[in-house]
Amino acid sequence: MVLKDVACGSTVKVQKIIGQGAVKRRIMDMGITKGTELFVRKVAPLGDPMEITVRGYELSLRKADAEMIEVE
Amino acid sequence: MPARIALAGNPNSGKTTLFNTLTGSSQYVGNWPGVTIEKKEGKLRSDTYRDAAIVDLPGIYSLSPYTLEEVVARDYLIDEKPDAIINIVDGSNLERNLYLTTQLAELGIPMVVAVNMMDIVEKSGDRINLDKLSERLGCPVTGISALRKTGIADAVNKAVELAERKTPMVPRHRFSDEVEQAIASIEELLGDKVEERHRRWTAIKIFERDIKVMERMDPDDNLRERIEDIIKSCETAMDDDPESIITNERYLYIASIIKDCCRKKSNGKMTTSDKIDRVVTNRWLALPIFALVMFAVYYVSVTTVGTWVTDWTNDVLFGEIIPPAMESFLSSIGTASWLQSLILDGIVAGVGAVLGFVPQMLVLFLFLALLEDCGYMARVAFIMDRIFRKFGLSGKSFIPMLIGSGCGVPGIMASRTIENDRDRRMTIMVTTFIPCSAKMPVIALIAGALFGGAWWVAPSAYFAGVAAIISSGIILKKTRIFAGDPAPFVMELPPYHRPVAGNVFRSMWERSWSFIKKAGTVILLSTIVVWLMSGFGIVDGRLAMVEDANDSFLSRIGGAIAPIFAPLGWGFWQAAVASITGLVAKENVVGTLGILFGFAEVAEDGVEIWGLLASSFTALSAYSFLLFNLLCAPCFAAIGAIRREMNSAKWTWIAIGYQTLFAYGVAMCIYQLGMLFAGNGFGIGTAAAILALALFLYLLIRPDKAKGTKPRGTVPVV
Repeated sequence: MVLKDVACGSTVKVQKIIGQGAVKRRIMDMGITKGTELFVRKVAPLGDPMEITVRGYELSLRKADAEMIEVE
Repeated sequence: MPARIALAGNPNSGKTTLFNTLTGSSQYVGNWPGVTIEKKEGKLRSDTYRDAAIVDLPGIYSLSPYTLEEVVARDYLIDEKPDAIINIVDGSNLERNLYLTTQLAELGIPMVVAVNMMDIVEKSGDRINLDKLSERLGCPVTGISALRKTGIADAVNKAVELAERKTPMVPRHRFSDEVEQAIASIEELLGDKVEERHRRWTAIKIFERDIKVMERMDPDDNLRERIEDIIKSCETAMDDDPESIITNERYLYIASIIKDCCRKKSNGKMTTSDKIDRVVTNRWLALPIFALVMFAVYYVSVTTVGTWVTDWTNDVLFGEIIPPAMESFLSSIGTASWLQSLILDGIVAGVGAVLGFVPQMLVLFLFLALLEDCGYMARVAFIMDRIFRKFGLSGKSFIPMLIGSGCGVPGIMASRTIENDRDRRMTIMVTTFIPCSAKMPVIALIAGALFGGAWWVAPSAYFAGVAAIISSGIILKKTRIFAGDPAPFVMELPPYHRPVAGNVFRSMWERSWSFIKKAGTVILLSTIVVWLMSGFGIVDGRLAMVEDANDSFLSRIGGAIAPIFAPLGWGFWQAAVASITGLVAKENVVGTLGILFGFAEVAEDGVEIWGLLASSFTALSAYSFLLFNLLCAPCFAAIGAIRREMNSAKWTWIAIGYQTLFAYGVAMCIYQLGMLFAGNGFGIGTAAAILALALFLYLLIRPDKAKGTKPRGTVPVV
């Protein structure tokens, strides 16, 4: 499953981050690495981007980018 | 020479507050060379701290090569060799903040870690063992509260001491054995090519395949190959790309530190910030609240308070008070009439034009600073991102455009809140397409004179503005200058907190002042030039001041360039001159047409010349004239603001060149195709218009090259 399809209010664990370059690096720099727990808080009123809790803080990312994050 | 200390840390870590406390009023605000990123420097307040200069680096999360801020920061740390770093970290968000710390530590520059917001940490019942943290990181660690001003002197004095003793930072962190081996081999290969203290950092960056660091080293093919072999074998052994390996290991290391040094009192209770956020970005309430906040900002800063003070400065202070007083003073000392005119109509009017915007700007910047400081600005981007990213803009572009409908100058300045350089440039380029209040008289003039005051003219102007923004966004994001993937929108949503008065007022003042300084020169110079052109001419074979505007240089220039506008349907010199004086201020278009058609003064909507205009223009050519003047290069004040925000002459020219070309194309298509449909036959103009339209459509719908051929994320943002 990818992060994009995770329902609001659930907690998941990062398995792998697909892709390369700037976007992937940025995602990882912000603390989304293998094994990290992510809590999906909400989705913006217009349906995109989404807001997650990672390492104790709030992060927003686009669904297109959330597709690169495989979770379980 | 006093020590130079760099202040580094994540955005929202309290860096600005700390910098303000450290330097007080001795700040210099400028830009990093060649980019639109702010650079702040200052001296430590001598009454409290040791003697040292301090540089505020951009707020960053990492030292990757992918964002401009991060590149600016790391280039400064490597090239300018500051004597020490104060790394400010947010104690309530230690885990992610320490990620940057691990990278800064590798630079070898003496470093102190200042854990900020200790008061909040303590209040929440969490514990951070600073001694243990210091031991694990290998550098002094102090607890501070930038807001309550506690512990700051200790942190700073430690940094100054380290700087004087030149104790290089030796990071305690070791990567896994395979990685350390690879790094050691790269360090060996680099040898004397790199200064010793930066060697580890450089080797790690090269291991990450950091293109920018690699270019600096400029290795020959042989060396390049040997390095690549080392990276490849490690990559195969660990089954991951080197960037991910390094990032993963950093966070694993940090997790072990956190486990060692922090005790979190985990209570499931929601914080106040969580509660606010539940309402403010609620699925149903978010948009109404957003609309309300934006309405309030617009209403106060543009419609009411902002306009009152700006009108007062323009009409009373620089209309009724200063000019008459100056005039009687100049007459009393017997100044020549041309000099009097230069001072009154050129300089005073120019200074007035600059200062007239300042009150409005102060009000607007006050709001922006409040929105930024309390944390709502990040939510604006969160809420609006979906709409704006389709046109290559940022969610935060909404605010400049909203403000731009009142006045383009503060609108352009409001783009300052957009972090990404490319999004910001694009926003600056399209903001003035929205009709501002100064364009209203022009719309009223054309609607009244040619369309019998038809209701649809004004709405159609706004529609044209919005359409211009959308199509420009789509066109520009595919061009080479804006090429590449959109900046990753991976953004922190900081907790809400009460704005800090000192920060808010300082930010308000700094932004207004930078407008006065930079934009002011452009505005002043150009008003003087236009004054010269309109006041002088060749009369009876010699240069003289002209009584009749028809004799001035301006009217000659108007006559010379008028043919350019013939394809637009208004190739007569009065219209051309009016468009030029529109550059001083758009409402001048009305007044100039009035003067050129023989009236000394006309009403705001120019009702006196409606009849004359109706005989010079057709409905079609008038509409083309209107569209051109709405979309072309904005007034000098706005151009000055563009110059200030672009921080580059080249980009300023690109912006106003694009706007004018775009306006020309649109006006030509409207006029020529309108003529064609009216049954006026097919001419060269029609062909040109069809070509322009075809080009426009092609640019609009052509596939985005950057998207199609390259996999996501391979193009560096810079």
